[in-house]
Amino acid sequence: MTSPAPIAEAQETPRPEGAAVPALSIDGVSHAYGPRRALMDVSFNVQPASFTALLGLNGAGKSTLFSLITRLFGIQSGRVGIFGHDVSKSPGEALRLLGVVFQPRTLDLDLSLTQNLLYHAALHGIGRREASARSAELLGRIGLADRAASKVRDLSGGQMRRLEIARALLHRPRLLLLDEPTVGLDVKARADIISHVRQLVTEQGIGVLWATHLFDEIMPGDDLVVLHQGKVLAQGPMSRVVAATGAQDVNTAFMRLTGAQTMPGGGA
Amino acid sequence: MSSIATREAPRGFSFAEYMTCLGGIVWREGLRFLHQRERFVSALVRPLVWLFIFAAGFRQVLGISIIPPYETYILYEVYIAPGLMAMIQLFNGMQSSLSMVYDREMGNMRTLLVSPLPRGFLLFCKLLAGTAVSLLQVYAFLLIAWLWDITPPPQGYLTVLPALILSGLMLGSLGMLISSGIKQLENFAGVMNFVIFPMFFASSALYPLWRVQEGSPYLYYLCEANPFTHAVELIRFALYGQVNWISLAVVAACTIVFMIGAILAYDPSRGLARRGPAGGEG
Repeated sequence: MTSPAPIAEAQETPRPEGAAVPALSIDGVSHAYGPRRALMDVSFNVQPASFTALLGLNGAGKSTLFSLITRLFGIQSGRVGIFGHDVSKSPGEALRLLGVVFQPRTLDLDLSLTQNLLYHAALHGIGRREASARSAELLGRIGLADRAASKVRDLSGGQMRRLEIARALLHRPRLLLLDEPTVGLDVKARADIISHVRQLVTEQGIGVLWATHLFDEIMPGDDLVVLHQGKVLAQGPMSRVVAATGAQDVNTAFMRLTGAQTMPGGGA
Repeated sequence: MSSIATREAPRGFSFAEYMTCLGGIVWREGLRFLHQRERFVSALVRPLVWLFIFAAGFRQVLGISIIPPYETYILYEVYIAPGLMAMIQLFNGMQSSLSMVYDREMGNMRTLLVSPLPRGFLLFCKLLAGTAVSLLQVYAFLLIAWLWDITPPPQGYLTVLPALILSGLMLGSLGMLISSGIKQLENFAGVMNFVIFPMFFASSALYPLWRVQEGSPYLYYLCEANPFTHAVELIRFALYGQVNWISLAVVAACTIVFMIGAILAYDPSRGLARRGPAGGEG
């Protein structure tokens, strides 16, 4: 009567304490630019091997939050932890586990793809031989191996984004932040990048925080954090967030949560 | 609980990792420099104009007596060569600072600053990389100057190297300190007017200070207090295999002060705040 009971969930996550430490924990974070408050008491977690969508309009505070997580800005109040490492207290340990794709492009246009990757590897203290091997492997995975020696300037927008994602993975982080990575890309490039990142979650167990204002990038199984005017309005599994508002889809749920004026009929 | 701690135990960074990082930053700065050929050309043309035109015209006007480190009468061209080497580094330091403002706006500075290594170290690497680029410029200048019969002793090319590294770091960190105060790119013109020109002209780069003293004692004191004067003198003596200890002390002290100030003053939120939170507007 031995039941072949290994549950899918238990099989997929062989890290026993994995669930105990969130990949990213944002705890009571507030931030102000002078008198203007950009973030107000923001708290949420990103679990390892999960896809968390940070949904908010332009100006909601997404980029500010990213700058705080990557310690570009000093944290004014609250706490940001990456796998338990406080970003302000031990930034080295925290940033080592973090890969980032910023919204503005941050590649050296005049350098080749490989040169861009090697530079990033050096910034993480990865020696030249190891860095070359990883660069070649990652370029192969994003289908740009034959362009390794071309200048980045000659790539399309979608290819640049794929290169930036490859670069962010070079030091094998376990948390990946992407700030509106599909903005300005065509439909095909968008789909490629989304499926690539989702693959990283399922195959490599990377925790992903995906900031976006595009509703159609969010899937029912995702975790959702709705950020509006610096405040978290709702968070949890997408289906639950949507259900709680009595809406049928994310779009409507978002409008109801934020009381946005964009709906026809203009209720709120 | 303890198992969590061991899983993520802080391991710090090894010396090799620091050196890899430093090497990578210098390498990238070098590559970027090679791609900016017009920057290289203009970095060379500027001192060469001074050498070929200004010095040639001025040599009849200004006689140079025998002053250390020179042991014979020298041509005016020979006198101003060290000053022009320092000028190359002054411009380069300010230009690197400009590139940091530019980088900050282009987002490249983000790539640097999300490295897990300590931020002070990253900025120090950036300064060292800028200095390395200035060395390329200075040695290219020395080569052309040699064809123009400015021939310091052969070992001088080697002994001047440590002096150039130190003066490059001083001027680079001064540039970075100033760049932290620049709000907009256009203000580099202001830096030219208010920093580069005064520093260059109120120094021993173009005329020996005893000459200045004859003309205006106050200007003389100003020149003596100018760190750039000491960078020039440090380079001048080192080029002839000698050490000017006072200049060495001043340049070393200024380097430390400027560098600490620059690292403390550097605040990436200054450049990013205007564009970051609003998602690109304004």
